[in-house]
Amino acid sequence: MSAVAAQEVSDLVLHLADNALILAQRNAEWCGHGPILEEDLALANNALDLMGQARLLYQHVAALRQDGSDEDRLAYFRDAHEFKNHTLLELPHSTALAPTASGDRDYAVTIVRNFLYSIFMVLVWDALQHATDAQLAAIASKSRKEALYHVQHAQDWLIRFGDGTAESHHKAQAALNHLMPYTQAFWLLGEAEAAALQALGVAHFSSLQSAWQAQVASAVSEATLTLPADGGHVPQGHVGVHSEHLGFVLAEMQSLARAHPDGMW
Amino acid sequence: MKEWPLWEVFVRSKQGLEHKHCGSLHAADAQQALHMARDVYTRRQEGVSIWVLPSAAITASDPEDKDTLFEPARDKVYRHPTFFVIPDDVGHM
Repeated sequence: MSAVAAQEVSDLVLHLADNALILAQRNAEWCGHGPILEEDLALANNALDLMGQARLLYQHVAALRQDGSDEDRLAYFRDAHEFKNHTLLELPHSTALAPTASGDRDYAVTIVRNFLYSIFMVLVWDALQHATDAQLAAIASKSRKEALYHVQHAQDWLIRFGDGTAESHHKAQAALNHLMPYTQAFWLLGEAEAAALQALGVAHFSSLQSAWQAQVASAVSEATLTLPADGGHVPQGHVGVHSEHLGFVLAEMQSLARAHPDGMW
Repeated sequence: MKEWPLWEVFVRSKQGLEHKHCGSLHAADAQQALHMARDVYTRRQEGVSIWVLPSAAITASDPEDKDTLFEPARDKVYRHPTFFVIPDDVGHM
């Protein structure tokens, strides 16, 4: 791989790593606070899957860049504008515009986000399994199996919520309305990331849109929910322009590592 | 949630031939019980197959009947095959 291509591929892998890490951090917030013990464990399992993916991806970024960075530097010593995760993944578990307490957490938001994102990621990992970068292809093949389970888990709950009580239906619909506009960014990539896909022999993620829409629409209709109309604000997290929420996520996630740089435990 | 029925979970390990009882959980239906059993009981590669069945479907012996049911077998050690002498030319069995 040429130096330019390696840099572009590392940007793409960093985007994937940031996605995995930030959603891992959000889903892990349910640890000890799950609505029932089984869901507490299910979300912790999900977060650990994503954390494992993030580690492999950050390690691969460091290997591609050869600049002395490592997974911990990349995760704990970059600031919000350097993170390239989708804005969807940093949002709090709430449909309120300014949630103020952990007590405001709404499990429907957690489930709908995991549903929308994991369907997308199954398609992404599917495509990246055939990337010409063998390490990335191997990570994709491992992560695809995990993402398939995340779809099963989230979709099962989405259907139960939508087709459940009036209250669960209302909350699931509100979560869907709140989160759907953020998925518009799935089909956008930065310049380097788009070039990286070309170098890897993989089609642009925008080619996954119709498969994603079909699967989402089918589950949403089974859940007796309504797909919100297209449109709304198009977020720019993937190019480092984030919502106000990412700073708080990073503050909690990074403070320990920054207070004890290079600490081991 | 309180009305969710109880399910018994059986997991077959990699080496094991039989599904072994490993616990129980509350779930709305069998499919959900299976999902939850996966997340609760197979996080450390414990299993390759899961069964769930409604606890209500199990008919159990009454602990009160323990003496009646099981005591009589106690002094009948001759029911163990170890009491039979195996002829030498049978070899290993």
